[in-house]
Amino acid sequence: MLVKPRAMRDALLEQIHRAMASDPSIFFVTADFGSPVLDRIRADHANRFVNVGIAEQNLINISAGLALEGYKVFAYAIAPFITMRCFEQIRVSLALLSEVRPMNVNLIGVGAGYSYVVSGPTHQCYEDITLMRALPNFQVMSPADHITAGMLFDRCVRELGPKYLRLDAQVLPPIYAEAAPKLADGFHVHRREGSICIVATGYMLHTAFAVAERLRGSGQTVGIIDLFDLTRFSRDRLRDELSRYQTIVSMEEGFAGRGGLDALLYNFIGHNAIDVKLLNIGVEGGYRFELGTRAELHEQVGIGPDVVTRRILDFSKSSPSFKNDQR
Amino acid sequence: MISNSVNLQEKAHWVWRETLEIHRRAPETRIASSLSPIEIFVALYYGGVLRIDPTNPRWIERDRCVISKGHGSICMYPILADLGFFPAEELQRVCKAGGILGGIPDPIIPGYETINGSLGHGLGVASGMALGLKRNGGRQSVFVVSGDGELHEGANWEAIMFASQHKLDNLHLIVDNNSISMLGFTDDIVSHDGLAKRLEAFGWQCVDVDGHNVLDLQSQLLNLKADLNGRPKALIARTLKGRGVPGLENEALAHILMPKADLLDSLLDADDAR
Repeated sequence: MLVKPRAMRDALLEQIHRAMASDPSIFFVTADFGSPVLDRIRADHANRFVNVGIAEQNLINISAGLALEGYKVFAYAIAPFITMRCFEQIRVSLALLSEVRPMNVNLIGVGAGYSYVVSGPTHQCYEDITLMRALPNFQVMSPADHITAGMLFDRCVRELGPKYLRLDAQVLPPIYAEAAPKLADGFHVHRREGSICIVATGYMLHTAFAVAERLRGSGQTVGIIDLFDLTRFSRDRLRDELSRYQTIVSMEEGFAGRGGLDALLYNFIGHNAIDVKLLNIGVEGGYRFELGTRAELHEQVGIGPDVVTRRILDFSKSSPSFKNDQR
Repeated sequence: MISNSVNLQEKAHWVWRETLEIHRRAPETRIASSLSPIEIFVALYYGGVLRIDPTNPRWIERDRCVISKGHGSICMYPILADLGFFPAEELQRVCKAGGILGGIPDPIIPGYETINGSLGHGLGVASGMALGLKRNGGRQSVFVVSGDGELHEGANWEAIMFASQHKLDNLHLIVDNNSISMLGFTDDIVSHDGLAKRLEAFGWQCVDVDGHNVLDLQSQLLNLKADLNGRPKALIARTLKGRGVPGLENEALAHILMPKADLLDSLLDADDAR
């Protein structure tokens, strides 16, 4: 089946646009951030569309107020701004308040990781997984292609509670053209082979495939898991999957060792006493101002396919299989 | 519905007294900022301004009152208990385990709409409610009671611009303008001088009143509520922080000063003899 690559946001916004025609309780709020599909929402559903301007703090509070009045709210802005500019509004007006007043607010952040390549570190987003998953009642979702992003709409509109969707700003090749992932699992197993398994989220799933190809050239096969739901994934199924391996490699387009996907897996593996070693691949070296393509920047900060392949090979050499040592 | 015949001045005095009693039992509460807005709340809740049903706090047709003053609305506890939102026995266990009335009111308290405590969120959330009601064709009004100090928070001004842009004439901001934040007079920190004029420049309709004249507050609020003129409304209530407590009233550090128990006792005794 041929599926044309699309922007994640267009796939999601199209679903929202369509649903708004039959569901009068959906309200769309943006902080002066657009897209061609958004123009259709604005034109066809003007009564349930508001642009608050460049004002993310107000975006969140307005969203909370609308949700308190019974609307299912989608709030839309650039990822670092809709998470970090207004983090206290998110904490107080969405996370805290929804414990007492269940409400449906979905934050759509566009521009995960290095998506806004040339705009530099203000527009790049390497902290949001850490921050958003620190809010205990938030759902955090990080799709790797537009098919998954579009599917998340059902979850958003059906389930009460605050949610954060971390979308890439670039058009990425479709991963799930043949078969959609199971939302209820929260992750999808792409390859189940070898003794090493890469667990990636968002854009890094694409990198994981590139790394797997390079490793194959060195005679190494790896498993690949797409963890697209960072909060509601099936604990039992993921434990069973990870237990098959000797080494787990976490891959995220966020700072390494700062509470993101790596911390999630450390905690999960430790809590479940899964007998594996863990290699964390994430952004190293803090904030940087170098220019380049996304691929070039990724190699510089330690998350590009070449550097990750080297690190996995080095890790395999320097740390012989833990399970084999035990036996 | 709330009777309009209640003597509002007497009610305000009763709330002042009850608020002191609560503070005497629970000295952890902040008292000064809870004494300045008493007449505002009495006018709203007993003056026929708010359409509410204490037996059904989430009644869909109710007017929404978003209280944003953080520590400074302990005086709402006796009011809500008196109106029947919760049993009066709760007033005996403010800040105690098992109670619902904390040092900062939370939305677990029947009658409270939103989270309150971190300052400067109330107006934005209320603006979203007002927009939602308007777009839904609802006729309910939204009131926000804010301190003047919390207007330092920039998110308020995002909401102030938003509300006039969207002609939210069902939105009413009441500022308890006691002119003092935690560390002193706002004029010495970041001044709100000419607040009504500033808000008018942002497209709001404003009135500036004596915030301890409960009858004037009542009539101004009723007028503002009835006037659906396409503009959000602000009532700037000039008030005194720590009102009626010697050593606290209009003192720069009133927010963090704690009146001694014997002072409270003598004030309450004098009041008994009144």
